Amino acid sequence: MSKHLSKYNDVIIIGGGIIGNATAYYLAKKGLSVTVLEASKDIGIGGSSRNGGGVRQSGRDTRELPLAMWGIKNLWPGLSEELGVDVEYTQKGNLRLGKTAAHQKILQGLTDKAVSCGLDVRMINGDEIRAINPYLSDEVTCASWCPTDGHANPLTATLGYYKKARELGVRFITESPCFELRKIKGVIRQVVTPDAIYEADKVLVAAGFDSRKILATVGIDVPMMPLKMECLVTEAEPPMFLQMLGTADADFYGHQSKHGSFVFGGSSGFEHLNKDNGSPISSSIGASCTCRGIIKYFPALADAKIVRAWAGWLDDCADHVPVISPVEEVPGLYITCAFSGHGFGIAPAVGYNVAEMIADGHSTIDLSALRYDRFKPKQ
Amino acid sequence: MKSINDRSQDIGPFVSQTDDAIIICRCEEITKGEIRQAIHDGMFTVNEIRRYLRAGMGLCQGQTCGKLVKNLIARELNVIPDQLDPATSRSPMRPMEMKVLGNEEVSHV
Repeated sequence: MSKHLSKYNDVIIIGGGIIGNATAYYLAKKGLSVTVLEASKDIGIGGSSRNGGGVRQSGRDTRELPLAMWGIKNLWPGLSEELGVDVEYTQKGNLRLGKTAAHQKILQGLTDKAVSCGLDVRMINGDEIRAINPYLSDEVTCASWCPTDGHANPLTATLGYYKKARELGVRFITESPCFELRKIKGVIRQVVTPDAIYEADKVLVAAGFDSRKILATVGIDVPMMPLKMECLVTEAEPPMFLQMLGTADADFYGHQSKHGSFVFGGSSGFEHLNKDNGSPISSSIGASCTCRGIIKYFPALADAKIVRAWAGWLDDCADHVPVISPVEEVPGLYITCAFSGHGFGIAPAVGYNVAEMIADGHSTIDLSALRYDRFKPKQ
Repeated sequence: MKSINDRSQDIGPFVSQTDDAIIICRCEEITKGEIRQAIHDGMFTVNEIRRYLRAGMGLCQGQTCGKLVKNLIARELNVIPDQLDPATSRSPMRPMEMKVLGNEEVSHV
Protein backbone atom coordinates (compact mmCIF):
# COMPACT_ATOMS: atom_id res chain seq x y z
CA MET A 1 0.00 0.00 0.00
CA SER A 2 1.41 3.38 -0.92
CA LYS A 3 1.40 5.92 1.84
CA HIS A 4 1.14 9.58 1.10
CA LEU A 5 3.16 12.00 3.13
CA SER A 6 0.66 14.25 4.84
CA LYS A 7 1.19 17.96 5.28
CA TYR A 8 3.35 19.18 8.11
CA ASN A 9 1.93 20.17 11.52
CA ASP A 10 3.48 21.84 14.54
CA VAL A 11 2.09 19.06 16.74
CA ILE A 12 0.60 15.58 16.18
CA ILE A 13 -1.47 14.20 19.05
CA ILE A 14 -2.04 10.44 19.12
CA GLY A 15 -5.34 9.74 20.90
CA GLY A 16 -8.72 11.50 20.62
CA GLY A 17 -9.68 11.14 24.26
CA ILE A 18 -10.25 14.02 26.64
CA ILE A 19 -6.51 14.54 27.28
CA GLY A 20 -5.69 14.64 23.55
CA ASN A 21 -8.69 16.84 22.76
CA ALA A 22 -8.02 19.27 25.63
CA THR A 23 -4.33 19.57 24.75
CA ALA A 24 -5.26 20.13 21.09
CA TYR A 25 -7.66 22.90 22.11
CA TYR A 26 -5.14 24.74 24.31
CA LEU A 27 -2.40 24.37 21.65
CA ALA A 28 -4.73 25.74 18.95
CA LYS A 29 -5.54 28.68 21.23
CA LYS A 30 -1.82 29.43 21.27
CA GLY A 31 -1.83 29.48 17.46
CA LEU A 32 -0.16 26.13 16.78
CA SER A 33 -1.28 23.80 13.97
CA VAL A 34 -2.41 20.46 15.37
CA THR A 35 -3.65 17.12 14.00
CA VAL A 36 -5.24 14.55 16.33
CA LEU A 37 -5.08 10.90 15.21
CA GLU A 38 -7.69 8.56 16.72
CA ALA A 39 -7.36 4.80 16.24
CA SER A 40 -11.08 3.96 16.52
CA LYS A 41 -14.12 5.23 14.60
CA ASP A 42 -15.34 7.40 17.47
CA ILE A 43 -13.87 10.38 19.30
CA GLY A 44 -13.61 9.79 23.06
CA ILE A 45 -14.52 6.11 22.96
CA GLY A 46 -12.13 4.95 25.71
CA GLY A 47 -11.88 5.80 29.39
CA SER A 48 -12.80 9.44 28.63
CA SER A 49 -16.47 8.55 28.23
CA ARG A 50 -16.61 5.44 30.41
CA ASN A 51 -15.60 6.94 33.77
CA GLY A 52 -17.76 7.98 36.72
CA GLY A 53 -17.34 11.73 36.24
CA GLY A 54 -15.52 12.60 39.47
CA VAL A 55 -13.79 15.99 39.69
CA ARG A 56 -11.96 15.34 42.93
CA GLN A 57 -8.95 16.57 44.85
CA SER A 58 -9.43 14.48 48.00
CA GLY A 59 -8.11 10.93 47.92
CA ARG A 60 -5.41 11.76 45.36
CA ASP A 61 -1.71 11.04 45.49
CA THR A 62 0.21 14.18 46.50
CA ARG A 63 2.14 14.06 43.18
CA GLU A 64 -1.01 14.77 41.14
CA LEU A 65 -2.89 16.79 43.78
CA PRO A 66 -1.46 20.22 42.75
CA LEU A 67 -2.75 19.61 39.20
CA ALA A 68 -6.22 18.68 40.54
CA MET A 69 -6.40 21.73 42.84
CA TRP A 70 -5.24 24.12 40.11
CA GLY A 71 -7.74 22.77 37.56
CA ILE A 72 -10.68 23.03 39.98
CA LYS A 73 -9.72 26.61 40.87
CA ASN A 74 -8.90 27.86 37.38
CA LEU A 75 -10.55 25.79 34.63
CA TRP A 76 -13.59 23.76 35.67
CA PRO A 77 -15.82 26.67 36.85
CA GLY A 78 -15.72 28.40 33.43
CA LEU A 79 -15.43 25.35 31.20
CA SER A 80 -19.04 25.14 29.96
CA GLU A 81 -18.90 28.77 28.88
CA GLU A 82 -15.47 28.39 27.29
CA LEU A 83 -16.40 25.31 25.25
CA GLY A 84 -19.98 26.32 24.44
CA VAL A 85 -21.17 22.92 25.70
CA ASP A 86 -22.76 22.16 29.09
CA VAL A 87 -20.19 19.98 30.89
CA GLU A 88 -22.53 19.87 33.93
CA TYR A 89 -19.82 20.84 36.39
CA THR A 90 -21.23 20.59 39.92
CA GLN A 91 -19.06 21.62 42.86
CA LYS A 92 -20.96 20.39 45.90
CA GLY A 93 -18.30 18.34 47.66
CA ASN A 94 -17.04 14.77 47.88
CA LEU A 95 -17.82 12.24 50.60
CA ARG A 96 -15.37 9.35 50.78
CA LEU A 97 -17.19 6.82 52.90
CA GLY A 98 -16.05 4.26 55.45
CA LYS A 99 -17.74 1.55 57.51
CA THR A 100 -14.90 0.03 59.57
CA ALA A 101 -11.88 0.99 61.70
CA ALA A 102 -9.63 -0.05 58.81
CA HIS A 103 -11.52 2.32 56.50
CA GLN A 104 -11.17 5.11 59.07
CA LYS A 105 -7.40 4.60 59.09
CA ILE A 106 -7.17 4.75 55.25
CA LEU A 107 -9.31 7.89 55.12
CA GLN A 108 -7.36 9.59 57.92
CA GLY A 109 -4.07 8.88 56.11
CA LEU A 110 -5.38 10.33 52.82
CA THR A 111 -6.83 13.33 54.65
CA ASP A 112 -3.58 14.12 56.52
CA LYS A 113 -1.59 14.04 53.28
CA ALA A 114 -4.06 16.28 51.44
CA VAL A 115 -4.20 18.79 54.33
CA SER A 116 -0.39 19.03 54.20
CA CYS A 117 -0.80 20.13 50.54
CA GLY A 118 -3.22 22.89 51.57
CA LEU A 119 -6.51 21.17 50.67
CA ASP A 120 -9.65 21.87 52.73
CA VAL A 121 -10.63 18.29 53.64
CA ARG A 122 -11.56 16.84 57.02
CA MET A 123 -12.85 13.68 58.73
CA ILE A 124 -16.50 13.66 59.78
CA ASN A 125 -18.66 11.19 61.72
CA GLY A 126 -21.90 9.36 60.87
CA ASP A 127 -24.22 12.12 62.09
CA GLU A 128 -22.33 14.79 60.17
CA ILE A 129 -22.38 12.56 57.05
CA ARG A 130 -26.17 12.12 57.22
CA ALA A 131 -26.60 15.87 57.78
CA ILE A 132 -24.93 16.33 54.35
CA ASN A 133 -26.55 13.30 52.70
CA PRO A 134 -29.61 11.95 54.59
CA TYR A 135 -29.98 8.97 52.20
CA LEU A 136 -26.86 7.15 53.43
CA SER A 137 -27.46 4.04 55.57
CA ASP A 138 -26.42 3.71 59.23
CA GLU A 139 -23.64 1.32 58.16
CA VAL A 140 -21.61 4.36 57.11
CA THR A 141 -19.72 5.56 60.20
CA CYS A 142 -16.94 7.83 58.93
CA ALA A 143 -15.99 9.83 55.84
CA SER A 144 -13.58 12.38 54.52
CA TRP A 145 -15.38 15.53 53.39
CA CYS A 146 -13.94 17.89 50.81
CA PRO A 147 -16.44 20.70 50.06
CA THR A 148 -14.64 21.95 46.90
CA ASP A 149 -14.76 18.58 45.09
CA GLY A 150 -17.52 17.68 42.65
CA HIS A 151 -18.43 15.98 39.38
CA ALA A 152 -19.07 16.70 35.71
CA ASN A 153 -20.32 14.96 32.56
CA PRO A 154 -17.41 13.08 30.93
CA LEU A 155 -19.26 12.68 27.61
CA THR A 156 -20.01 16.34 26.98
CA ALA A 157 -16.65 17.48 28.42
CA THR A 158 -14.71 15.14 26.09
CA LEU A 159 -16.79 16.00 23.02
CA GLY A 160 -16.92 19.68 24.05
CA TYR A 161 -13.12 19.92 23.85
CA TYR A 162 -13.29 18.10 20.49
CA LYS A 163 -15.93 20.48 19.13
CA LYS A 164 -14.08 23.60 20.25
CA ALA A 165 -10.66 22.37 19.06
CA ARG A 166 -12.19 21.49 15.68
CA GLU A 167 -13.69 24.99 15.44
CA LEU A 168 -10.21 26.44 16.03
CA GLY A 169 -8.88 24.47 13.06
CA VAL A 170 -7.52 21.32 14.71
CA ARG A 171 -7.71 18.43 12.25
CA PHE A 172 -9.13 15.18 13.66
CA ILE A 173 -8.65 11.92 11.73
CA THR A 174 -10.41 8.78 12.99
CA GLU A 175 -9.56 5.14 12.19
CA SER A 176 -5.90 6.15 12.09
CA PRO A 177 -3.97 3.97 14.54
CA CYS A 178 -0.29 4.83 14.96
CA PHE A 179 1.88 1.86 13.95
CA GLU A 180 5.20 3.52 14.48
CA LEU A 181 6.94 6.67 15.65
CA ARG A 182 9.98 7.59 13.59
CA LYS A 183 12.95 9.77 14.45
CA ILE A 184 14.89 11.65 11.79
CA LYS A 185 18.39 12.87 12.73
CA GLY A 186 17.79 11.93 16.35
CA VAL A 187 14.55 13.88 16.89
CA ILE A 188 10.91 12.84 16.58
CA ARG A 189 9.52 13.58 13.15
CA GLN A 190 7.05 11.05 11.72
CA VAL A 191 3.90 9.22 12.82
CA VAL A 192 3.10 6.22 10.63
CA THR A 193 -0.54 5.12 10.17
CA PRO A 194 -2.05 2.62 7.69
CA ASP A 195 -3.00 5.37 5.22
CA ALA A 196 -0.48 8.14 5.69
CA ILE A 197 2.72 9.33 7.29
CA TYR A 198 2.26 12.50 9.31
CA GLU A 199 5.12 14.89 10.04
CA ALA A 200 5.54 17.27 12.97
CA ASP A 201 8.15 18.87 15.21
CA LYS A 202 6.40 17.64 18.34
CA VAL A 203 4.38 14.49 19.01
CA LEU A 204 2.19 13.83 22.06
CA VAL A 205 1.25 10.23 22.84
CA ALA A 206 -2.09 10.33 24.72
CA ALA A 207 -3.50 6.94 23.77
CA GLY A 208 -4.28 5.37 27.14
CA PHE A 209 -2.97 1.83 27.48
CA ASP A 210 -2.26 1.70 23.72
CA SER A 211 0.46 4.28 24.39
CA ARG A 212 2.65 1.43 25.56
CA LYS A 213 3.04 -0.28 22.19
CA ILE A 214 3.33 3.06 20.38
CA LEU A 215 6.13 4.24 22.70
CA ALA A 216 7.87 0.88 22.30
CA THR A 217 8.61 1.80 18.65
CA VAL A 218 11.11 4.38 19.93
CA GLY A 219 12.33 2.24 22.84
CA ILE A 220 10.37 3.94 25.63
CA ASP A 221 8.28 1.99 28.15
CA VAL A 222 5.72 3.03 30.77
CA PRO A 223 4.96 0.22 33.25
CA MET A 224 1.16 -0.04 33.08
CA MET A 225 -1.46 -2.73 32.46
CA PRO A 226 -5.08 -2.60 31.27
CA LEU A 227 -7.60 -3.15 34.06
CA LYS A 228 -11.27 -3.59 33.19
CA MET A 229 -13.83 -1.77 35.35
CA GLU A 230 -17.61 -1.54 35.11
CA CYS A 231 -20.24 1.17 35.54
CA LEU A 232 -24.02 1.41 35.39
CA VAL A 233 -26.65 4.11 35.21
CA THR A 234 -30.26 4.36 36.43
CA GLU A 235 -33.29 5.96 34.85
CA ALA A 236 -33.87 9.61 35.81
CA GLU A 237 -34.84 9.94 39.50
CA PRO A 238 -36.09 13.00 41.39
CA PRO A 239 -33.17 15.15 42.68
CA MET A 240 -31.73 13.52 45.84
CA PHE A 241 -28.18 14.78 46.41
CA LEU A 242 -25.44 16.70 44.63
CA GLN A 243 -22.22 15.34 46.18
CA MET A 244 -19.71 13.03 44.54
CA LEU A 245 -19.36 9.80 46.50
CA GLY A 246 -16.55 7.31 46.90
CA THR A 247 -15.39 4.76 49.44
CA ALA A 248 -12.24 4.15 51.46
CA ASP A 249 -11.53 0.96 49.51
CA ALA A 250 -12.20 2.78 46.22
CA ASP A 251 -14.59 -0.08 45.33
CA PHE A 252 -17.64 2.08 44.75
CA TYR A 253 -18.23 5.60 43.49
CA GLY A 254 -20.95 7.66 41.87
CA HIS A 255 -23.19 10.68 41.72
CA GLN A 256 -26.58 11.86 40.52
CA SER A 257 -26.26 13.62 37.18
CA LYS A 258 -28.00 16.81 36.10
CA HIS A 259 -30.29 14.59 33.98
CA GLY A 260 -31.46 12.84 37.18
CA SER A 261 -29.85 9.46 36.52
CA PHE A 262 -27.44 7.97 39.03
CA VAL A 263 -24.07 6.93 37.61
CA PHE A 264 -22.25 4.36 39.73
CA GLY A 265 -19.05 2.42 39.25
CA GLY A 266 -18.10 -0.57 41.31
CA SER A 267 -15.90 -3.64 41.42
CA SER A 268 -16.74 -7.32 41.84
CA GLY A 269 -13.26 -8.34 42.98
CA PHE A 270 -12.50 -10.15 39.73
CA GLU A 271 -11.37 -7.10 37.73
CA HIS A 272 -7.72 -8.15 37.59
CA LEU A 273 -8.81 -11.60 36.32
CA ASN A 274 -11.22 -10.40 33.66
CA LYS A 275 -11.19 -12.22 30.35
CA ASP A 276 -9.70 -9.97 27.69
CA ASN A 277 -12.33 -10.13 24.95
CA GLY A 278 -10.56 -7.55 22.84
CA SER A 279 -13.26 -5.04 23.67
CA PRO A 280 -14.49 -3.88 27.07
CA ILE A 281 -17.64 -5.95 27.57
CA SER A 282 -19.60 -5.96 30.84
CA SER A 283 -19.31 -9.19 32.80
CA SER A 284 -22.36 -11.12 34.00
CA ILE A 285 -21.52 -10.47 37.67
CA GLY A 286 -20.38 -6.83 37.66
CA ALA A 287 -23.64 -4.85 37.55
CA SER A 288 -25.41 -7.21 39.97
CA CYS A 289 -22.60 -6.94 42.50
CA THR A 290 -22.53 -3.14 42.22
CA CYS A 291 -26.33 -3.00 42.75
CA ARG A 292 -25.97 -4.94 46.02
CA GLY A 293 -23.26 -2.48 47.14
CA ILE A 294 -25.38 0.55 46.22
CA ILE A 295 -28.42 -0.75 48.12
CA LYS A 296 -26.31 -1.22 51.26
CA TYR A 297 -25.21 2.41 51.10
CA PHE A 298 -28.51 3.79 49.71
CA PRO A 299 -31.52 1.63 50.69
CA ALA A 300 -33.81 4.20 49.02
CA LEU A 301 -32.42 3.31 45.57
CA ALA A 302 -33.50 -0.37 45.69
CA ASP A 303 -36.41 0.33 43.31
CA ALA A 304 -34.45 2.55 40.91
CA LYS A 305 -34.20 0.91 37.51
CA ILE A 306 -30.86 0.25 35.81
CA VAL A 307 -31.09 1.20 32.13
CA ARG A 308 -27.54 0.60 31.03
CA ALA A 309 -24.25 -0.97 32.10
CA TRP A 310 -20.85 -0.71 30.47
CA ALA A 311 -17.19 -1.50 30.98
CA GLY A 312 -13.92 0.23 30.21
CA TRP A 313 -10.20 -0.19 30.72
CA LEU A 314 -8.01 1.74 33.09
CA ASP A 315 -4.41 2.26 32.03
CA ASP A 316 -3.21 1.20 35.46
CA CYS A 317 0.31 2.43 36.24
CA ALA A 318 2.83 0.60 38.46
CA ASP A 319 2.39 3.33 41.11
CA HIS A 320 -1.21 4.27 40.11
CA VAL A 321 -0.20 7.84 39.19
CA PRO A 322 -0.08 9.20 35.61
CA VAL A 323 2.91 9.82 33.41
CA ILE A 324 2.91 13.43 32.13
CA SER A 325 6.33 14.16 30.75
CA PRO A 326 8.66 15.24 27.96
CA VAL A 327 11.00 12.49 26.74
CA GLU A 328 14.54 13.88 26.55
CA GLU A 329 15.85 10.67 24.92
CA VAL A 330 13.55 11.36 21.95
CA PRO A 331 13.56 15.16 21.57
CA GLY A 332 10.12 16.47 20.62
CA LEU A 333 8.22 13.53 22.12
CA TYR A 334 5.77 13.98 25.01
CA ILE A 335 3.72 11.44 26.99
CA THR A 336 0.38 11.68 28.83
CA CYS A 337 -0.92 8.25 29.84
CA ALA A 338 -1.23 5.76 32.73
CA PHE A 339 -3.95 7.85 34.43
CA SER A 340 -4.95 4.73 36.37
CA GLY A 341 -8.67 5.52 36.52
CA HIS A 342 -8.52 9.09 37.80
CA GLY A 343 -7.66 11.12 34.72
CA PHE A 344 -11.01 12.73 33.95
CA GLY A 345 -11.05 15.25 36.82
CA ILE A 346 -7.54 16.50 36.04
CA ALA A 347 -7.92 16.36 32.23
CA PRO A 348 -8.47 20.12 31.66
CA ALA A 349 -5.45 20.97 33.86
CA VAL A 350 -3.35 18.31 32.10
CA GLY A 351 -4.33 19.64 28.65
CA TYR A 352 -3.55 23.22 29.66
CA ASN A 353 -0.19 22.43 31.25
CA VAL A 354 0.95 20.00 28.55
CA ALA A 355 0.09 22.60 25.89
CA GLU A 356 2.35 25.01 27.80
CA MET A 357 5.06 22.34 28.06
CA ILE A 358 4.93 21.70 24.30
CA ALA A 359 4.57 25.32 23.15
CA ASP A 360 6.60 27.20 25.76
CA GLY A 361 8.97 24.59 27.22
CA HIS A 362 7.62 24.97 30.77
CA SER A 363 4.27 24.60 32.55
CA THR A 364 2.39 26.52 35.25
CA ILE A 365 2.27 23.45 37.51
CA ASP A 366 5.53 21.59 38.21
CA LEU A 367 5.03 18.12 36.71
CA SER A 368 8.49 16.72 37.48
CA ALA A 369 7.10 14.13 39.95
CA LEU A 370 5.13 12.57 37.05
CA ARG A 371 8.09 11.89 34.75
CA TYR A 372 8.26 8.77 32.59
CA ASP A 373 11.65 7.68 34.00
CA ARG A 374 10.66 7.67 37.69
CA PHE A 375 10.26 3.88 37.91
CA LYS A 376 13.12 2.13 39.70
CA PRO A 377 13.58 -1.57 40.50
CA LYS A 378 13.39 -2.62 44.16
CA GLN A 379 16.62 -2.27 46.13
CA MET B 1 -16.70 4.85 -0.72
CA LYS B 2 -16.51 8.31 0.80
CA SER B 3 -14.68 8.37 4.14
CA ILE B 4 -15.97 10.25 7.15
CA ASN B 5 -12.65 9.92 8.99
CA ASP B 6 -11.43 13.44 8.21
CA ARG B 7 -13.55 15.42 10.62
CA SER B 8 -12.57 18.74 9.02
CA GLN B 9 -14.13 17.88 5.65
CA ASP B 10 -16.58 20.43 4.28
CA ILE B 11 -20.16 19.21 4.76
CA GLY B 12 -21.66 22.57 3.84
CA PRO B 13 -23.37 25.05 6.13
CA PHE B 14 -26.15 24.15 8.56
CA VAL B 15 -29.39 25.11 6.82
CA SER B 16 -32.52 25.00 8.97
CA GLN B 17 -35.38 22.84 7.70
CA THR B 18 -39.12 23.26 8.24
CA ASP B 19 -39.42 20.01 10.24
CA ASP B 20 -36.40 20.56 12.53
CA ALA B 21 -38.74 20.71 15.54
CA ILE B 22 -39.81 17.06 15.08
CA ILE B 23 -38.83 14.89 18.04
CA ILE B 24 -36.57 12.01 16.97
CA CYS B 25 -35.59 10.58 20.40
CA ARG B 26 -38.86 10.36 22.31
CA CYS B 27 -37.31 9.24 25.62
CA GLU B 28 -34.97 12.21 25.90
CA GLU B 29 -36.98 14.58 23.66
CA ILE B 30 -34.20 15.38 21.19
CA THR B 31 -35.29 17.06 17.95
CA LYS B 32 -34.19 16.57 14.37
CA GLY B 33 -32.74 20.08 14.35
CA GLU B 34 -30.61 19.41 17.45
CA ILE B 35 -29.24 16.23 15.87
CA ARG B 36 -28.48 17.98 12.57
CA GLN B 37 -26.72 20.81 14.44
CA ALA B 38 -24.65 18.26 16.42
CA ILE B 39 -23.47 16.72 13.13
CA HIS B 40 -22.29 20.19 12.07
CA ASP B 41 -20.54 20.45 15.47
CA GLY B 42 -18.45 17.44 14.36
CA MET B 43 -20.42 14.48 15.76
CA PHE B 44 -20.17 12.11 12.77
CA THR B 45 -21.09 8.78 14.44
CA VAL B 46 -24.18 7.44 16.22
CA ASN B 47 -22.11 6.91 19.40
CA GLU B 48 -20.94 10.52 19.36
CA ILE B 49 -24.48 11.88 18.81
CA ARG B 50 -25.70 9.72 21.69
CA ARG B 51 -23.02 10.97 24.05
CA TYR B 52 -23.28 14.61 22.97
CA LEU B 53 -27.10 14.94 23.05
CA ARG B 54 -28.39 11.89 25.01
CA ALA B 55 -30.39 10.77 21.93
CA GLY B 56 -30.81 7.02 22.48
CA MET B 57 -29.76 7.14 26.12
CA GLY B 58 -33.21 7.07 27.68
CA LEU B 59 -35.53 4.28 28.79
CA CYS B 60 -35.65 2.50 25.42
CA GLN B 61 -31.88 2.85 24.88
CA GLY B 62 -32.27 3.93 21.26
CA GLN B 63 -34.35 0.94 20.18
CA THR B 64 -36.83 3.41 18.67
CA CYS B 65 -34.66 6.25 17.34
CA GLY B 66 -31.38 4.47 16.56
CA LYS B 67 -32.14 3.98 12.88
CA LEU B 68 -33.58 7.48 12.48
CA VAL B 69 -30.44 9.04 13.98
CA LYS B 70 -28.26 6.93 11.69
CA ASN B 71 -30.22 8.02 8.61
CA LEU B 72 -30.03 11.68 9.63
CA ILE B 73 -26.23 11.44 9.96
CA ALA B 74 -25.93 9.63 6.61
CA ARG B 75 -28.02 12.26 4.84
CA GLU B 76 -26.16 15.18 6.40
CA LEU B 77 -22.72 13.67 5.57
CA ASN B 78 -23.87 12.40 2.16
CA VAL B 79 -22.87 8.76 2.80
CA ILE B 80 -24.90 5.54 2.74
CA PRO B 81 -26.41 4.56 6.13
CA ASP B 82 -24.77 1.09 6.01
CA GLN B 83 -21.43 2.85 6.31
CA LEU B 84 -22.32 3.93 9.86
CA ASP B 85 -22.18 1.65 12.89
CA PRO B 86 -25.19 1.53 15.22
CA ALA B 87 -24.67 2.74 18.79
CA THR B 88 -23.14 0.14 21.11
CA SER B 89 -25.80 -2.14 22.62
CA ARG B 90 -25.76 -2.26 26.41
CA SER B 91 -27.24 -4.65 28.94
CA PRO B 92 -29.83 -4.98 30.45
CA MET B 93 -32.30 -5.39 27.58
CA ARG B 94 -35.11 -3.78 29.61
CA PRO B 95 -34.84 -1.38 32.56
CA MET B 96 -34.53 -3.46 35.73
CA GLU B 97 -34.86 -2.52 39.43
CA MET B 98 -31.59 -2.66 41.38
CA LYS B 99 -33.13 -5.03 43.92
CA VAL B 100 -33.97 -7.45 41.07
CA LEU B 101 -30.70 -7.15 39.16
CA GLY B 102 -28.76 -7.45 42.42
CA ASN B 103 -30.77 -10.38 43.79
CA GLU B 104 -28.61 -13.42 44.57
CA GLU B 105 -31.45 -15.57 45.91
CA VAL B 106 -32.53 -18.44 43.66
CA SER B 107 -35.93 -19.90 44.45
CA HIS B 108 -36.90 -23.29 42.98
CA VAL B 109 -40.69 -23.36 43.12
